[in-house]
Amino acid sequence: MKKIGSLVSRELSVVFRSQSEFIYPVAFFVMVTTMFPLAVSPEPTQLAFIAPGVIWVASLLSLLLSLHAFYQADFDDGSLEQLLLSGVSGYSIVLSKVVANWIVTGLPLVLVAPVIGILLNLDTHANLVAMLALLLGTPSLCFIGAIGMSLTLGLRNGGVLLTLLVLPLFIPILIFGAATVEAASMGRPYIGQVAVLAAALILSGFFAPFAASAAMKISID
Amino acid sequence: MWTWFYQLASPKWFYEISRKLLPWFTGTTLILFLAGLTLGLLFSPADYQQGNTVRIMYIHVPAAYLSMMVYVIMAVAGAIGLVWKIKVAHIVSVSCAPVGAMFTALALLTGAIWGKPTWGTYWVWDARLTSELILLFLYLGFMALHSAFDDKKSADKASAVLAIVGVVNIPIIHFSVEWWNTLHQGASLSKFEKPSIEAAMLYPLLIMIFAFKFYFFTVLMHRVRTEILLREKQAKWVKAMITGETAYSASENTTEAK
Repeated sequence: MKKIGSLVSRELSVVFRSQSEFIYPVAFFVMVTTMFPLAVSPEPTQLAFIAPGVIWVASLLSLLLSLHAFYQADFDDGSLEQLLLSGVSGYSIVLSKVVANWIVTGLPLVLVAPVIGILLNLDTHANLVAMLALLLGTPSLCFIGAIGMSLTLGLRNGGVLLTLLVLPLFIPILIFGAATVEAASMGRPYIGQVAVLAAALILSGFFAPFAASAAMKISID
Repeated sequence: MWTWFYQLASPKWFYEISRKLLPWFTGTTLILFLAGLTLGLLFSPADYQQGNTVRIMYIHVPAAYLSMMVYVIMAVAGAIGLVWKIKVAHIVSVSCAPVGAMFTALALLTGAIWGKPTWGTYWVWDARLTSELILLFLYLGFMALHSAFDDKKSADKASAVLAIVGVVNIPIIHFSVEWWNTLHQGASLSKFEKPSIEAAMLYPLLIMIFAFKFYFFTVLMHRVRTEILLREKQAKWVKAMITGETAYSASENTTEAK
């Protein structure tokens, strides 16, 4: 536990020293969501209708963008290999990277989402539910992304391939995440969808670090 | 007791045994297809609602069934390859992917063609259709990941991990018609209950499923054999076999004589 704590603080200090990594995904999220009213229609009722989907797709894409920063640089300069050689288990390396990734990218998304919700004409109740859904869903996305990222480390077209591998695995989270917000904005019960999101978080949190650390070791040989 | 298991690990042994098995598998596939298609297209009754459109079922259902079965075989073979480091298991896993992707595409395509006259639309974003589409993406991702590595060994291991992770999707596809209220009908065939389908339609369908299975194993064997030759091109037995069958058997005799 202590080891994971020090690993997380290492990840965070690396990221905070290059502030761009921290700002880009959130800026991307805000920019992408503002494209929709311009492209689809600025009419309030229509905006509220597409808002759940827009928020989820945009946050999923910005998380996908952020993954690269957490794994690739460490792989390129050899520090990932040194970490694995130092006797720290792959499991705790992945776990710490996911935690740091979520703090740096997922959490800001959860905090910015209500602002975007207001811009897209979501009511207050749906906005709060959107925050809850993102709070449960974004960590799962970070866990699943860790698997994809570990598989594509060191490959030439890693970025494109990462998208191809990870998006299909993101789909279940996307479906239930957007369904939660949609149900709340229509005034229907949403507890079932929230439960599924929580279950997905537990499952991915338990299994993904094993898969990702196995993949990391394969990429490093 | 475990010798067969270790023998299976030898590409050469697999190459030999599959050469003997192939004609049998090819023959069975042809007979089953002939029987299944004749019964299904000519002798089975038309549906009272759908008319002759229902006959697309004899392609659609086996293709959908195989798309999931092949994925499971691919993942299990990958897992065996990862755990016991068996070359042939990885080769089987890698060879499954294009065939499985083809079955998935076929299931989606026939489903769309069947959907137009019966549901009035080629495509709906229904749980089963969507999860089958995800399965196609998983197959494509598997193939893309495998081809992205220069080193075959890392490619095998990495894509095996991906295949195992993707297995989560299989129960989702299978149970989607029960968990969600969807346009796609529930399963008509079940191992545990009496099938909810008329016998005159059931038997051609079962024969077609077996025909597809044998077709898959035949194609898989061809693919695995080709892949073995490609990967073992430096091995002595491959060189001997390609330069001439006689040289190959002669060298076999000399090793036995020693």
